[in-house]
Amino acid sequence: MAELQLKSLEKKYGNGFKAVHGIDLEVQEGEFMVLVGPSGCAKSTTLRMIAGLETITGGEVRIGDNVVNDLVPGKRGIAMVFQNYALYPHMKVRRNLSFGLKIKRQPKDRIEAATGEVSGILEIEELLERLPKQLSGGQAQRVALGRALIKQPEVFLFDEPLSNLDAKLRASMRVRITDLHKRLRDEGRPATVVYVTHDQVEAMTMGDRICVMKDGHIMQVADPRTLYDRPANAFVGGFIGMPEMNLVPAVLTRDPDLRLTAGGQSVAVPDGLAHRLGIPDGAVTMGLRPQHLTLVAPGSDGAFDAKVVNVEFMGHEINVHARLGDAVLVAVVPTGGMGAEVSRGDLIGLRPDGARIHLFDAETGKNVSLTNHH
Amino acid sequence: MVTLSDLPDQSRADRTPPTPLELKLRRQRRVSSAIRYVLLIVVGLIMVYPLLWLVGAAFKTNSEIFNSPWFWPARPTLEGFREGWETSTPYNFGHFFLNSMWIVIPKVIGTAISCTLVAYGFARFEFPGKKILFAILIATLLLPDVVTRIPQYLLFRELGWLDTYLPLFVPSWVAGDAFFVFMVIQFLRAIPREMEEAARVDGANTAQTLIFIVVPMLMPAIISVCLFQFMWTMNDFLGPLIYISSVEKYPVSIALKLSIDATEAFNWNAILSMTVLALIPSLVVFFLAQKSFIEGISTGGVKG
Ligand SMILES: Nc1ncnc2c1ncn2[C@@H]1O[C@H](COP(=O)(O)OP(=O)(O)OP(=O)(O)O)[C@@H](O)[C@H]1O
Ligand SMILES: [Mg+2]
Repeated sequence: MAELQLKSLEKKYGNGFKAVHGIDLEVQEGEFMVLVGPSGCAKSTTLRMIAGLETITGGEVRIGDNVVNDLVPGKRGIAMVFQNYALYPHMKVRRNLSFGLKIKRQPKDRIEAATGEVSGILEIEELLERLPKQLSGGQAQRVALGRALIKQPEVFLFDEPLSNLDAKLRASMRVRITDLHKRLRDEGRPATVVYVTHDQVEAMTMGDRICVMKDGHIMQVADPRTLYDRPANAFVGGFIGMPEMNLVPAVLTRDPDLRLTAGGQSVAVPDGLAHRLGIPDGAVTMGLRPQHLTLVAPGSDGAFDAKVVNVEFMGHEINVHARLGDAVLVAVVPTGGMGAEVSRGDLIGLRPDGARIHLFDAETGKNVSLTNHH
Repeated sequence: MVTLSDLPDQSRADRTPPTPLELKLRRQRRVSSAIRYVLLIVVGLIMVYPLLWLVGAAFKTNSEIFNSPWFWPARPTLEGFREGWETSTPYNFGHFFLNSMWIVIPKVIGTAISCTLVAYGFARFEFPGKKILFAILIATLLLPDVVTRIPQYLLFRELGWLDTYLPLFVPSWVAGDAFFVFMVIQFLRAIPREMEEAARVDGANTAQTLIFIVVPMLMPAIISVCLFQFMWTMNDFLGPLIYISSVEKYPVSIALKLSIDATEAFNWNAILSMTVLALIPSLVVFFLAQKSFIEGISTGGVKG
């Protein structure tokens, strides 16, 4: 097992399109790194460059101590699991598993032992004599996982391996993969993993660290907690979290007290935020997580008044959509208390949790409210 | 297509008493499917009758062939086969069959290998000049055969290949049959690349990927190519006619024509008997490979 390093990695496709703009990323030995981002942000491209399936047009990929730019995929010490499983359709499961070892001319008994071990771990012993077309989606993905596992690679690469499965199966496979990762770590042969997904639930639950990408750039690399609590920019703030973070254009003024103005309403900046701000006044984007808005009576101190446009009852909580100026804010409130009474057309007050407001630079999107907070 | 659902549903009829409207609809459906079947059978018979007649006539005497249009021989005889097999040359028909095989076998094998290689190259690799080369390949598809006959003849004469089988099969060894290359390319395009990528990640080189992964997946297409090539080569008349001049080297297609010799009265039953024999290899090969063949010509060919 080894660490993986990307150094100003670039990809320009044959048609001149630049998909990856010089990204730097370091994945520690045994770390589970998730690449996440919206469709088309070059997650797959990056992963395929690591695998050697796509040429590298700039920068380098390092696995362990070696620069692997010019190595063929088979020599890089990687294994990959594809979205559509990519099992060899004409080979039985047993041969699918052992193909890589056969190509490497491993001795027969060693292949047999490895096949036995891997199929035991993944509970696919009964499937060994079947053809891929005789497998369900979940079984096929387990075989694909086994085909990667059997090679004991330095780095595992996953490209949206669960997105062809239904929700329930996806949840159980998610657990299976993280369990497997932990198990390998406990057995003293930790596996370095790069896992591509566009599903933030997968990203948050599986990743030791998460790398958020957008348009071929890295937006932030951090552990799930940091990503959620301290998003480096408005994009990450908006991308991580359900329902999405409310991003509201606002103006910060200082005369002499700090005040935030949004939707024509001015609110004194709460203490929790004021001491974090090391910025001049001006236009900002206010980032408010739905979970960090409290429902209060209209006209309350430190709250924005907003008109309810929609109420969604979710069972364990209520999503209140309310209009503030041009923006519609979403607040997640408990089913008890005030939330139960609001209905469309009501005027309500929404009070942000001062310690958890984020302010992003209106131009660059950079989070300017992190300064004194470490 | 007539399917089972076109037929009246008995089980449902038992449960609820049919209304007059239902009865009428059911009758209409039955009548219409009857008409369809009759039509299909009649057209089918018309198509297949000449073949039946051919087989029947092979067992008739020479005089009966012209006396009765009915295909069933009145007094079946093996006369035609005996005469036809002996031929009017020093060689019997078995010799000519063997000659055909000397052409067909190298040609089919060569075609399968070369077409797969070339198609793999075109479908899966980027290389300079690929677009132009592919355009040329397609252009040769559109070129009428006759246009190239004379230059080809001159070329092979210069090489000293006249009256040998080389001009008949060597072009196929270098993927000379653009149609087959095109067919395999189309088939390959419908196969997702992930399997090959998985093989590369598994450590297979290009040749191993081709042999262990691509060829097995391409099998239906390759079998179709072999089948077409087999039948077309067996039946090819013009090629051997142009290049083969000694009787000793004649393949079946030309040997059949030998029997229609101006110096003798035509022995039609001998000719027809040998024609029937000449059909057998193609038929046998077709039925052996039927399953893969049908998979191969129906586009896509990859199940999800
Ligand atoms: N062969 C190619 N030639 C040109 N552009 C390409 C090629 N492959 C991908 N791209 C472009 O590169 C960008 C990144 O593609 P990529 O497949 O890496 O996205 P992704 O993040 O994996 O998206 P998804 O979540 O939809 O899988 C996209 O804008 C895509 O259009
Ligand atoms: Mg992708």
